[in-house]
Amino acid sequence: MSETLKLKPGHIQGETGVWEMVIGLEIHAQVSSKSKLFSGASATFGAQANSNVSLVDAAMPGMLPVINEYCVEQAVKTGLALNAQINNVSIFDRKNYFYADLPQGYQISQFTKPIVGEGEINIDVDDENQTTIGIERLHLEQDAGKSLHDQHPSKSYIDLNRTGVALMEIVSKPDIRSPQEAGAYVKKIRSILRYVGSCDGNMEEGSLRADCNVSVRKAGEEFGTRCEIKNLNSIRFINQAIQAEAERQVEILEAGGEINQETRLFDTSTGETRSMRSKEDAHDYRYFPDPDLLPLEFTDSYVQDIKEKLPELPDFAKKRLVNEYGITPYDASILVEEKDYVDFFEQAATGGDGKLTANWMISELFGALKKENLLLANSPISPEALGELIGLIAKGIISGKIAKDVFSEMMISSKKPSDIVKEKGLEQVSDDKEILKLVENVIADNQDKVKDYLSGKDKLFGFFVGQVMKISQGKANPGLVNKMLKENLK
Amino acid sequence: MSNKKSIVDIPTVNKIARLSRLDIPEKNKQSLTNDLNNILGFVANLEEVDTSNVEPLASVTGHKLPLRSDIVTDGNIEDLVLKNAPESSSGFFVVPKVIE
Amino acid sequence: MSDLLKYDLLGASEAIKSKEISSVELTNAYIEAIEKTSSLGAYLEIVKDKALEMAVVSDENISKGVARPLEGLPIGVKDMFCTKDIKTTASSKILDNFYPTYESTVTQNLWNDGAVMLGKLSCDEFAMGSSNETAAKGNVINPWLKHKKMSPGGSSGGSAAAVAARSALAATGTDTGGSIRQPAAFCGITGLKPTYGRCSRWGIVAFSSSLDQAGPLTRTVSDAALMLNSMASYDKKDSTSANLAMPDLMSYLGNSIKGKKIGIPKEYTQDGISDDIVNFYQKSINWLKEAGAEIIPVSLPHTKYALPVYYIIAPAEASSNLARYDGVRFGQRKEASSLDDMYETTRGEGFGDEVKRRIMIGTYVLSSGYYDAYYLKAQKVRRLIKEDFENVFKKVDYILTPSTPTTSFELGKKQDPLTMYLNDIFTVPASLAGLPGISLPVGLDKLGLPIGIQLIANAFDEPGLISTAHVLEKSADFNFIADGAAK
Repeated sequence: MSETLKLKPGHIQGETGVWEMVIGLEIHAQVSSKSKLFSGASATFGAQANSNVSLVDAAMPGMLPVINEYCVEQAVKTGLALNAQINNVSIFDRKNYFYADLPQGYQISQFTKPIVGEGEINIDVDDENQTTIGIERLHLEQDAGKSLHDQHPSKSYIDLNRTGVALMEIVSKPDIRSPQEAGAYVKKIRSILRYVGSCDGNMEEGSLRADCNVSVRKAGEEFGTRCEIKNLNSIRFINQAIQAEAERQVEILEAGGEINQETRLFDTSTGETRSMRSKEDAHDYRYFPDPDLLPLEFTDSYVQDIKEKLPELPDFAKKRLVNEYGITPYDASILVEEKDYVDFFEQAATGGDGKLTANWMISELFGALKKENLLLANSPISPEALGELIGLIAKGIISGKIAKDVFSEMMISSKKPSDIVKEKGLEQVSDDKEILKLVENVIADNQDKVKDYLSGKDKLFGFFVGQVMKISQGKANPGLVNKMLKENLK
Repeated sequence: MSNKKSIVDIPTVNKIARLSRLDIPEKNKQSLTNDLNNILGFVANLEEVDTSNVEPLASVTGHKLPLRSDIVTDGNIEDLVLKNAPESSSGFFVVPKVIE
Repeated sequence: MSDLLKYDLLGASEAIKSKEISSVELTNAYIEAIEKTSSLGAYLEIVKDKALEMAVVSDENISKGVARPLEGLPIGVKDMFCTKDIKTTASSKILDNFYPTYESTVTQNLWNDGAVMLGKLSCDEFAMGSSNETAAKGNVINPWLKHKKMSPGGSSGGSAAAVAARSALAATGTDTGGSIRQPAAFCGITGLKPTYGRCSRWGIVAFSSSLDQAGPLTRTVSDAALMLNSMASYDKKDSTSANLAMPDLMSYLGNSIKGKKIGIPKEYTQDGISDDIVNFYQKSINWLKEAGAEIIPVSLPHTKYALPVYYIIAPAEASSNLARYDGVRFGQRKEASSLDDMYETTRGEGFGDEVKRRIMIGTYVLSSGYYDAYYLKAQKVRRLIKEDFENVFKKVDYILTPSTPTTSFELGKKQDPLTMYLNDIFTVPASLAGLPGISLPVGLDKLGLPIGIQLIANAFDEPGLISTAHVLEKSADFNFIADGAAK
């Protein structure tokens, strides 16, 4: 149980001292291919049971695997984006075990020589700080099918649609130190995958899942025994599961017990992890090179080709946006979460005020879209339209406050902001003579307050501003109003 | 691979049978154990070969792994896939329940 | 009818094309022959109606003048090949109700070339065996010295027996460690295992993936060439398939072998080979010398390790390949209350003893703590065995060896597994190296049992292999017919 001491994230206060968490993540990302890794059946989600299944997927006698070149390319692309070593020669191994959703009785995976080796990525720990998380490896493997256990009291139903779909397994080094870092790591990986297009990162549909390895130790000690929590499919659950598991382990260790290395599941309803009921001792997977396949080999020029075609990645984009548009690193980090945010931003900010554009995207647009449950791709406001709105503000044609009303109208009608401003007569009044007239009117109508102000009640200045704004239906240029009031309140 | 490692006893046979999902009747266990020991003894002479600088043979063919284009060319054959199933229902394969 | 059975494959092909005989006639003759020789147990499944349907189509093609290479010729298929809608069991109980919805590439090639299917031939269960005594439905009897109930060899025992008994004009087999060549030797016929990758493995029940190869069992070398011409193809559904066109093997028949170098490996003469076989081996060497070849003593130093390597790698791959036989999607299922119990009883009852033995060995040598000492070690020694052959083929064009250490033996002799494995001593090395090998009959031993001699060629040199085997065949002039053959 963590006490109310101000502990750093990832730390747990025990009776005997402070424990720190050591976390490693294995992320399974479904490759964005049309067909499966070793068969020509479709890899799409949600089809009728056993309709996306070929004889190869069903492991009928005499069936053989043939590898999908697109999946190989995506793995290399992703490896490059993770700043990782690409292995020009890699081997596919069979991982042997029995389960109803594993028709072959083995999974084709990569054990000793994966396609991608060590790498690293940067994650934002908080608004100010970054840290580097090491990548151990990335390999390609087959996904398993789905078992339904709740359709019948004594039988399970098996759907092989997902069997054989290509997965990239990305294994981190045990460099993660808190649930928050784990969440940031997953977000970053997801972002990178979406940038390069190798995976859509859709956690609800299962295209991105994480297994978490958690152990605890006192500062300076060796790593403790770890437990693996399987199949977490949201960042929230990853957070919760890691915290719950770390606390469970601390409690055991504080009581003088030992941690059994085991596989656990996170129960979302209780918020606790529990041991997976497995009858026998640890699996012996008997990995050996798949004799139906040959070593996967490619040339340096193949890899170089892919490297050259890589899109700009989030870290570079962030630096570039800060440098080119003068926006804050914080705003930049939000904008680079998705490649299409960056594209939208750059289009909207063309020839305009980058800072203001960023501000509006983040504070107004994203909020409005979320409310309507819309993705940026389906935004009723186009980047050009947003840019136009920003331009109107920057030129002083409308005030920031009026702009918000125009914005709301744009969300509904998708009209151009200049049209809305014209139709509703929302142009800001910036004519000196007109503002002077308004100011003089307000002063004339509020002589008693003028007397109070002049006698020292400075706060009343706001009242006069408000009045001028009121009689101008908010269209008076606030800067000018301020200036004129100051000049005339004598 | 000394003799010690080659000796397979009944508990080991039980473990291997479990890994292979094979039900071996009690009465056959001893003779199966003997057979396995004989075979393992037979293959033990590989120990004497010096393979310190030898790479394992991944495949005899000498050609590279051929790649396939990412096109959907298969599937939508539920009938064929389920045709030989001992038990199926509503398009699913059916097996005795698994408790996770 | 006996006249019709006299044609070998090439002869029948010519007779059909010249309309001397019809496919329907010929097919009927073979159907009758199958019935006459049924006590040999070679066939598991006879597809009489289908055979005649196919024969009728062939005769139509002949009359239209559009004859394909194997038009109208009746063939038997080893029950390891999946044949569409026709029961395919791998001679195992666990598949005794399996009807594939697809056709193997090799057999499809044969049907595309006009061959007629007679039925499915027995074999050792899952191709594991050297005597055809592990078939679920019972032993196959060698038509030689039929009354003595001899073994036809294995695992393609049914295929070899049928060709020798003239209940199939030719047959398909599979060879993993000798399963075409050894039964061919025991049954006095020709058996050819091509280079690994020549024939597609798609649709063949997998035993040991890095070793399995389909090939023909025939009466003559010319027949084997004709069959392999059709069977071999590049198949992109098989990643191990060789993308190398094979020339028309028929054009290599009758080539001279003058000046060709024949290697005689010293490791292939040893204790335990029967005298008669040693005798005919020497005769074969002389025949080739007389035909103009140069005889060169060579050495394949790692030969004695070939069987141990094989009996680690093949069971290891098999233990994994046979995991799919679990009662879930096809085949026999024994009902049980839990999934694991279902697996254990289904497989326990569905697999025979030899299959179970090999699965257990395979699982053991791959298991944690033993992988390096056994499997990895075997793969390294395998490389050395392959390199032995590569070195020898720098000096010679072909290698000549006995096919087997003994001729056929009586069924039911209850040989222990190890002794049985020694039957493959001469055939296994070429399998491990992926090289093509052919066994052809050269004479009879004192008891009247056939003796086979093996030729091995370099990778993808099936043409050279055919030429040389053809010369040897002519010299040996083996004209005997099994007493148990249909007449």
